[in-house]
Amino acid sequence: MAIKVADLGQTAKPAEPADKILTVMFENLQEKLQRAFKTLRGQAVLNEENIQEALREIRLALLEADVNFKVVKQLIDHIQERAVGQQVATALSPGEQVIKILRDELVETLGRDTAKLKFASQPPTVVLMAGLQGSGKTTTSGKLANWLKNGGHRPLLVSVDVYRPAAREQLKIVAQAIKSNLYEGEVTEANTATVERLVKEARREAVNTGSDVLIVDTAGRLHIDDQLMDEMQSLKRLLNPQEILFVADAMTGQDAVRSADEFHKKLTLTGVVLTKMDGDARGGAALSIRQVTGQPIKFIGVGEKYDALEPFHPDRIVSRILGMGDILSLIEKAESQMDKKKAQELANKALTGDGFSLEDFRDQLRQVKKMGSLQSLMGMLPSIGPFAGLQKHADKVDEGQINRVEAIINSMTNQERIHHEVINGSRRKRIARGSGTSVQEVNSLLRQYAQMRKMFKQMGKGNFARKLAGMKLPGM
Amino acid sequence: MIQTLFGSLDEKEKPSFLERMKEAVTRTRESLSERIEEVVAFTKEIDRSTLDDLEAILIGADLGTTTTQEVLQKLREKADRKQIKDVAELKRLLKEELLQIISAAASRPLVKVDGTPEVILVVGVNGTGKTTTIGKLAQVFRSQGKTVLLCAADTFRAAAIDQLEIWGQRTGTEVIRTKPGGDPAAVLFDALQAATARHTDFVIVDTAGRLHTKANLMAELEKMRRAAQRIIPGAPHETLLVMDATTGQNGLQQARLFTQSAGVTGIALTKLDGTAKGGVVVAISRELGLPVRYVGVGEKLGDLLPFDARDFVDSLFE
Repeated sequence: MAIKVADLGQTAKPAEPADKILTVMFENLQEKLQRAFKTLRGQAVLNEENIQEALREIRLALLEADVNFKVVKQLIDHIQERAVGQQVATALSPGEQVIKILRDELVETLGRDTAKLKFASQPPTVVLMAGLQGSGKTTTSGKLANWLKNGGHRPLLVSVDVYRPAAREQLKIVAQAIKSNLYEGEVTEANTATVERLVKEARREAVNTGSDVLIVDTAGRLHIDDQLMDEMQSLKRLLNPQEILFVADAMTGQDAVRSADEFHKKLTLTGVVLTKMDGDARGGAALSIRQVTGQPIKFIGVGEKYDALEPFHPDRIVSRILGMGDILSLIEKAESQMDKKKAQELANKALTGDGFSLEDFRDQLRQVKKMGSLQSLMGMLPSIGPFAGLQKHADKVDEGQINRVEAIINSMTNQERIHHEVINGSRRKRIARGSGTSVQEVNSLLRQYAQMRKMFKQMGKGNFARKLAGMKLPGM
Repeated sequence: MIQTLFGSLDEKEKPSFLERMKEAVTRTRESLSERIEEVVAFTKEIDRSTLDDLEAILIGADLGTTTTQEVLQKLREKADRKQIKDVAELKRLLKEELLQIISAAASRPLVKVDGTPEVILVVGVNGTGKTTTIGKLAQVFRSQGKTVLLCAADTFRAAAIDQLEIWGQRTGTEVIRTKPGGDPAAVLFDALQAATARHTDFVIVDTAGRLHTKANLMAELEKMRRAAQRIIPGAPHETLLVMDATTGQNGLQQARLFTQSAGVTGIALTKLDGTAKGGVVVAISRELGLPVRYVGVGEKLGDLLPFDARDFVDSLFE
């Protein structure tokens, strides 16, 4: 949402009701952190005192995202440990730096890589689905079968939920919809004996039909229901499954640690599926569950259709939990795309005298282009706070302008690029023709370049040298 | 930035606004319990860890940071006046405070024309236990000697209709149904006409689970409400939002959006037989004034109980 701070100041009527602005502000941790870090600007080292306020904001945000309070405490301690004593890097603001530490910590907690499904060396691979009532086991079983089918597997589904009315009927309909094989079997009595018989039959069926993955959908059960947890343990003994997936609702609150912990203790889970991620829950349960079980989140459910199952990417949920939009992606992008070494080289060159050539200028432009279009870059920034003005300006920044400048430099000879002073009137005409621009544009570029050189030289004399490591595009 | 933003508003006319803002900012400077610590620091019995414990209880029960902060703030004020000296007393006060929030949630009187069926629309996100709750609710009414008709308007989820049908058999209640994928408003229409003709006491309408963020599905609920009103004036008389007790802070957003589209009048809190406390309903009562009507405590027919605020508050501290 575009809240323009400047507009509010100028017009009597705010674009949004003030209360709404208040809500938006407080919903956005990024905003809060920026405020918290205002005091940090200019401080070279993060220490215990100057990050306290930021840590409190982070704590509240994590709690609001339903991360368990004990897990939050651990995280905060870790972040503090890592942050204290760190130099504030010139390329990032102190706020961004703590966010980066926080992000790294969260990504580390969730596991860095997308976890894969384990397959048995001797098929069939058995996947046992476990979880509380209503977490989405049946739907997920169907989605998983569909996902495996698309990956060239031959899954066989079986439902051993003999307790919930029409649960087995539900999986049957799902299997028909995705055209997957299903072992139905017969149920005369709703008890553990029936459940045990069903899985044995299903495994035989899988072998007989050449199915390489058997997916066992089980009844939802409470982690404190001893009888049904015993049944689950018995299923584990009978099937010796490669995967025991804990299916959990993304909207789960503080209790997620207890249920996940109990399920893990009794069954030794191998992974987690987080469902209903297409809603607006922050999904802090992901952190809690990962922390108590140590098992990776392997999939997320993102819709009601059967293809709405995705492998889990830890980094993506991190920004979601923090409610920071794409600010993290922006930091990442800047980190990966901006070749820091190159920037440093350029800076040194520019500052040590006449070294900054038009070629270097072009390199710099290319670096900026590599980071993506300016508009999308600006779009990643929050539209309020210190960035408010920037987005408005982004509309005015002419992407084409940068392309034209690059074209002009491309149309120069190597000699011209290194020794700009040789570029006379006829060379200017040639360059303009070659680049499809006008002599005026070539002139204005050369003027801009000359100004930059002069500026760099002056800076080189002072002690601005350090600051240039993260050089910015001139004119921005 | 705050100054820029709010300097533009007339500060003299709206001083409370800036104050609220400042307050909110300073509030976050202190940990939640630090703020009440100073009040009670003079007593030996109540120390920092006691307050941390209370905070952990509230946060751990899913009340959320905002409600927890407010409750602790009020506790501070009360403790200030009453010179609280021991932990038990402090806890009692805290319970009072929570009870007040829940009890203040208005119970809307039913506007029902005599002799027409009372229509209960049951809504909620996926997997909260709508169908099971309906089965148990039918049992409640049946045991009171009332006549009940069930309406299977969840035509989307696989086997949802069959599931309701089984509950119908268990409770001796007829189910009005259509084929899977049919129009939910149409089957609702049929059910209400049948109920009117037969002078049935209650019609309970099962709907498909839907995430509150799906605008088209929420619009479908609005359409169903309109359809209901055309046949029975004032229907639906009650719209129950079924909420899973394990739900965290997202429950607040669910309540907001379902109230907007479906006109929620009460909550059925399910799965309270687990270890989750369902504290998000305190936050919901506080913000939206929605009362909790029923709690689900198991999978058997009789496992739906009327909500008891005092029991509920006590359970938060167990």
